[in-house]
Amino acid sequence: MNAIRLIEESQKREITSFGIGDTVKVYLKIVEGDKERIQVFEGTVIGRKGSGSRETFTVRKVSFGIGVERILPLHSPMIDKIEVVKKGDVRRAKLYYLRGKKGKSARIKEKE
Amino acid sequence: MIKGIVGEKIGMTQIYNDNGRTIPVTVVKAGPCKVVQIKTAEKDGYEAVQLGFDKIKEKKVTKPLLGHFKKAQVHPHRYLMEIRMSIQGLTVGQDIHLDIFEKGEKVDVTGISKGKGFAGVMKRHGYHGGPGSHGSMFNRAPGSIGSSSYPSRVWKGKGMPGHLGSKRVTLKGLEVVDIKKEQNILLIKGAIPGATGGFLIISKP
Repeated sequence: MNAIRLIEESQKREITSFGIGDTVKVYLKIVEGDKERIQVFEGTVIGRKGSGSRETFTVRKVSFGIGVERILPLHSPMIDKIEVVKKGDVRRAKLYYLRGKKGKSARIKEKE
Repeated sequence: MIKGIVGEKIGMTQIYNDNGRTIPVTVVKAGPCKVVQIKTAEKDGYEAVQLGFDKIKEKKVTKPLLGHFKKAQVHPHRYLMEIRMSIQGLTVGQDIHLDIFEKGEKVDVTGISKGKGFAGVMKRHGYHGGPGSHGSMFNRAPGSIGSSSYPSRVWKGKGMPGHLGSKRVTLKGLEVVDIKKEQNILLIKGAIPGATGGFLIISKP
């Protein structure tokens, strides 16, 4: 197990700490041909899954009335940086209930 | 030239490649191996190298085997494996490390597959079975195993239930993703036959 842990540790990168319910801006590197540009995906973190270098997080946003979710590997080199816009005050580890809600009820209380 | 090495499966994980994609890898502890015996065309009729892997205590090996190790003046090893290759430039007692492989190279991996016990035809041969419901009483059975007047017997090789797994399996053309020389670790893309801790032969095609 030790060898695997060493490999996984070497894959880890420095991550801005954020929690479930936070609104984050994820700066993603997009490669088009041989050009690279940054795309921002802003939304609510509705869950984190896995551990170590294999950890992923799910960001949800509502774009033109359609819910969009992206599951991203936390330590992926394709993520340029993560910015926390708002801290959310939630009582659950997975906010899947947001999928069935819209408008006012889909809001998350902000942490003081 | 050395064509292969003996190793042990440690487990699986994932790593990020240069394009930022995650790729599944199997972690293999490969070598260091010792050359225990060299088989020559004159004496044995063919050329091969016997490699020893994983050092163990002297009292763990049987007396005849201990004599075999003593003859080569090599510490006893848990696994002994013969790999057919040209024996030029090799001597008994020589160390073999995984630097014979390069990053990005394609290798063949041989292991003993996980034992599945006595398995039915659906699991063992991929038969489709019957409907699961709607009153069907034909669920996982093999069905007819042949015709009547001709051939009046069951064809040889007909897929039947029986023991599955625990068999020597070779996967060809697997990519070496990374090599960690100091730790004797090889990262090979994808899955590899056998359980964690299982014994493997990694060789060049």
